[in-house]
Amino acid sequence: MSNDPSNDSQQGLWTFVVEGIRAAIPIAVGYLPIGITFGLLARAADIPTYITMLMSLVIFAGASQFVGINLIALGSNCGEILVTTFVINLRHLLMSASLAPRIEPGYSKGWLSLMSFGITDETFTVASTHTAQHLKPEFLLGLNLLAFTTWNIATWIGLFLAAGIPAAVKTSMGIALYVMFIGLLAPACRHFRAALFIALAAMLVHSVLYYLPFAAAMAAGLKIVCSTVIAALLGAMFFPGEEDEF
Amino acid sequence: MKYVLLVFGMGLVTYLPRMLPIVFLNNINLGSFWQNFLRFIPYAALGALIFPGILYSTGNVDSAVCGGLVSLLLAIVRVNITLVVLGGIAGVYLWNLIM
Repeated sequence: MSNDPSNDSQQGLWTFVVEGIRAAIPIAVGYLPIGITFGLLARAADIPTYITMLMSLVIFAGASQFVGINLIALGSNCGEILVTTFVINLRHLLMSASLAPRIEPGYSKGWLSLMSFGITDETFTVASTHTAQHLKPEFLLGLNLLAFTTWNIATWIGLFLAAGIPAAVKTSMGIALYVMFIGLLAPACRHFRAALFIALAAMLVHSVLYYLPFAAAMAAGLKIVCSTVIAALLGAMFFPGEEDEF
Repeated sequence: MKYVLLVFGMGLVTYLPRMLPIVFLNNINLGSFWQNFLRFIPYAALGALIFPGILYSTGNVDSAVCGGLVSLLLAIVRVNITLVVLGGIAGVYLWNLIM
């Protein structure tokens, strides 16, 4: 923490880390079943155990990892797998750009690049709907730490204790991350009219790309990127004067 | 060994889009239109992530709608987000149990 420019005491910084860990609890609830499923599927696809564990350690992105084991199992070539992984996660480019101005200024590039490793759909949405005006890197550290740890432990559980969770509970837990998104969106919509408009616009655009045949060839990740960009642009066009309402 | 290199490659192409904007846009001043655009990204991303993906998250559209509605209701009456998540899971579980 030697790069910290502020005058907070060490103890003050720890409260931000703890706050981040607490904010990550709903993410952890959602990551458990998905990480376990990942471990199970990887085992079913005959991926070597150490490769599966390595994926959760160095990639830390659910969609990439699921598609990755799928493509590896299908015998796809490495170039194909890398391009697909890249496209799937292009949306993180937007999320990172959106977080950038909200992070407390003055932290080193080293700190920022460390924090950015933990950006996922879930940590991003929790961080960006956090009410503090500036996001402390210590808060993000706590948030990412619990999310990352849970993801990896869940992967191991999936690999080693495959039969542990009853099937009925596991299928029910598939909805966990989606309803967490609902829980994050609802308060924003209550305080801020544009948020509801923008979220509904994104749902509409995504549905069009999802169901209409003309976009069938688009990768799932690219559809999310396009829907997000279009809805945010519409928001910026229709709500030009709302920047002070956050 | 081939797989180890592949996994590190996947890690790299996943990491770069996360890292580049946050490191290089941190101190840049954008116009108000683009500032708003970036600030609206979370709501847009949440919308796109929720729908229609939620419908197919449980293998059964009806149970997913049930779980989604339970969570929406809990979110509207402002309960803690962990309870919103647990309520949604319970909604799906009970639907599958009863129907």
